[in-house]
Amino acid sequence: MAGLTVATGVVVLVLTGLSYAGQRRLLGEEAAPVTIRVIGHQWWWEVQYEDPQPSRGFTTANEIHVPVGVPVQVKLESTDVIHSFWVPSLMGKQDLIPGRPSAIRFTAERPGVYRGQCAEFCGMQHAKMGLLVIAEEQADFARWRDGQVAPRPEPASDEARAGEAAFVAAPCSMCHQVRGTAAAGRNGPELTHVGSRRTLAAGTLPTSRGNLAAWIVDPHGIKPGVNMPLVKLDSDQLNSISAYLAGLK
Amino acid sequence: MSDGASATGDLRDTSLDGPTLNVRLSRVWGTPRGLLGALTTVDHKIIGRRYIVTAFLFLFLGGITALVMRLQLAQPESGLVGPDTYNQLFTMHGSTMMFLFGVPIGEAMAVYLVPLMVGTRNIAFPRLNAFSYWVYLSGGLFLWISFLLNIGPDVGWFAYVPLSGPEYSPGKRADVWAQMITFTELSGLAVAIEIIVTVLKQRAPGMTLDRVPLFVWALFVNSFIIIFALPAVMIASTFLILDRLVGTHLFNPAEGGDALLYQHLFWFFGHPEVYIIFLPGTAFVSAIIPTFARREIFGYLALVLSLIATGFLSFGLWVHHMFVTGLPQLGAAFFTASSMLIAIPNGLQIFCWIATLWDGRPVWRTPLLFVAGFFFIFVAGGLSGIMLASVPIDTQVHDTYFVVAHFHYVLIGGNVFPLLGAIYYWFPKFTGRLLSERLGRWNFWLAFIGFNVAFFPMHISGLMGMPRRVYTYGPEMGWGDLQLLSTAGALLLFASFVLFVWNVAASLRRGDVAGPNPWNAGTLEWATASPPPPHNFNRIPLVTHREPLWAERGGLPVVTGLSVSHRELMVSSVAEAEPQLRETSPAPSIWPLVAAIAVGATFIGSIFTPYAVLWGALPVAAALTGWFWPKAMPEDEE
Repeated sequence: MAGLTVATGVVVLVLTGLSYAGQRRLLGEEAAPVTIRVIGHQWWWEVQYEDPQPSRGFTTANEIHVPVGVPVQVKLESTDVIHSFWVPSLMGKQDLIPGRPSAIRFTAERPGVYRGQCAEFCGMQHAKMGLLVIAEEQADFARWRDGQVAPRPEPASDEARAGEAAFVAAPCSMCHQVRGTAAAGRNGPELTHVGSRRTLAAGTLPTSRGNLAAWIVDPHGIKPGVNMPLVKLDSDQLNSISAYLAGLK
Repeated sequence: MSDGASATGDLRDTSLDGPTLNVRLSRVWGTPRGLLGALTTVDHKIIGRRYIVTAFLFLFLGGITALVMRLQLAQPESGLVGPDTYNQLFTMHGSTMMFLFGVPIGEAMAVYLVPLMVGTRNIAFPRLNAFSYWVYLSGGLFLWISFLLNIGPDVGWFAYVPLSGPEYSPGKRADVWAQMITFTELSGLAVAIEIIVTVLKQRAPGMTLDRVPLFVWALFVNSFIIIFALPAVMIASTFLILDRLVGTHLFNPAEGGDALLYQHLFWFFGHPEVYIIFLPGTAFVSAIIPTFARREIFGYLALVLSLIATGFLSFGLWVHHMFVTGLPQLGAAFFTASSMLIAIPNGLQIFCWIATLWDGRPVWRTPLLFVAGFFFIFVAGGLSGIMLASVPIDTQVHDTYFVVAHFHYVLIGGNVFPLLGAIYYWFPKFTGRLLSERLGRWNFWLAFIGFNVAFFPMHISGLMGMPRRVYTYGPEMGWGDLQLLSTAGALLLFASFVLFVWNVAASLRRGDVAGPNPWNAGTLEWATASPPPPHNFNRIPLVTHREPLWAERGGLPVVTGLSVSHRELMVSSVAEAEPQLRETSPAPSIWPLVAAIAVGATFIGSIFTPYAVLWGALPVAAALTGWFWPKAMPEDEE
């Protein structure tokens, strides 16, 4: 009987020890070459790349690029309710709790596009709060990063120029930022390079001019309950704004 | 006690016998006919029956919400229900199953069966018992009527802050959830106290602690878990209402509150809650197995100690619901160890039950079939539970369908399967008629196959990355086929419940007449008529053995000396069950109902204005004054 008790104790201790060792490896907190702040919002992800040179830092949304084989530190915060950051093929999940910053590390071993999703129920559109992690070679990553640091590309056509003017004049600019223009709102996703991102509305739609127009016309039909208001635009404004946004590569 | 007629002149059961005694006692203990009788009754059997029927009603409502969710998820991008409705549905499903079915059903069975099994005439505090039922009923109706009025909660059965707080859940939905908690927890606590006192002080003479049926032990330990666990969630829900209604900032990080505090309070209740649901399941299993194995239970002492160990350990696991909240890692590892440890007492119980069957001559009637189903399903759920105890695994599968599969395996396996077996087992005691064995077998196989088809694929959906609580998913995710399979299984499972209701309805009218002991079982509830008379036993049995009816084939010895002219029962000592006192048991009263209405109105009013608590205190005080108004007790007159 005593032997059985000891054996049971040993089994539990060994399993706990193994589990703890795995946990240490996954959740260690050493500094990493790439540091990203991810801030949860209902229902999208704000992504801030940190850099020792402040001018090299930038903000984007719902899409994270990382270099392959390099440890990445993700600092997690929330501005509203609890969310949970989870990219199943790269790492376990970690909650974003208001008032309690936390962090998770991961290393992407292979290039690819990895889908992530909010894993803590966060309200009406919890189901449609996705994100993409794109792991690429160091050179591609550096090129992407330089592109994101730059302000928005100059509108290339008359239509796009009209679109920029309409965007800045319309309520859009109250919530969205496009660096290089007067649009400096911070409530919604940053749009400086929205045309270069693969999805719209936190993984809800693939990015295209048509989908941008569809989203602007009917955000509540596509993602009921979303915080983006319906903005009344005439057809010219809608056309030019969607052309402009699609061109923000 | 048994020294013959008393000197005071009241009539004792010593001087009467046979049918005369039965008639006298039935008149004294009976519930008056008609509406007034129904509203004033304090008979634990009538209240227990109501409790059971009501809990099953909520099980069905919860099942229907599940079915709608399953239909929605059967294919990607389905438009059957929108996100708003879906979020309400899973909130209603979880809240109903946990608070309106899971906790009450064990207590409901205890209210009916524990007094019979310990050989007494009524439960302790019978009016509190009546009150607790009315409070439970009002809480359940409050939740479901709110849902039908489209003000039902939509923040999950856990209602995490800040999502459920004032800023992100305007309106009354989250208040309805929080106040429903107060209702059901109040009634749960009341019943737990009744059970503990009944078990400790009202056991028949000779029923020493080592002769107490395991059913009673399990519900006794369960009552202690309830008493220590439920206050934590009542504090959580009350703090939530304070934040929402009077502007405190207990959970608001912007003002120095802490969102994580809520999770600690909630899971300090929430994990023991799992065992509050499971222990009644073990109670049913421990009662069914000896009867159908035709042998005494193997390892009685080990089983009792396992129950007690489970009770203690259940309070040391709550953090495994919070492994991804960023708590200190070494602390998390402690909870890994404790979560694995609780598998030991539970595994021990399984081995004792298997040993009993192994050594017995099992008779495979429907109740035992459900117990066999329980073994299979519960052990599978226990294995995935050990996986979830490990932090690295949990960070992947936490809040995915893997967890949904795991806890349905332990909860449906650990509670619902034994419960269905228990209903087949005790139905003849409740109603006097047996359920159909043929339909019972169909019922079991449909439920068993349906359950596994519904929930096994969810393990795989979860490992493929499907998160919980999503109202839809894209076709490109590749979860569609498994989800469709789960929906098909859910339909089968639901069909098995329809068959169950059919069986109950048909057998109530046409079932075989059972007689007092149709299964040849050994415990005291089978020593009296089916259904039992209002006073349970003509004379209080004297217990000489753990399975009294098997030990005393020629008829139970009894003790005499209780009054037959007023409601009187015997109070006995805690350990040895030696008779100590004769005690008057309360007669029917309308005050518990009046008090429950006053309390319910206060609770509901208080989600609209804090002053409801102030003004509501007046009718509550008036009702309690009426309830406790001093009356001359027969023993005072002696």
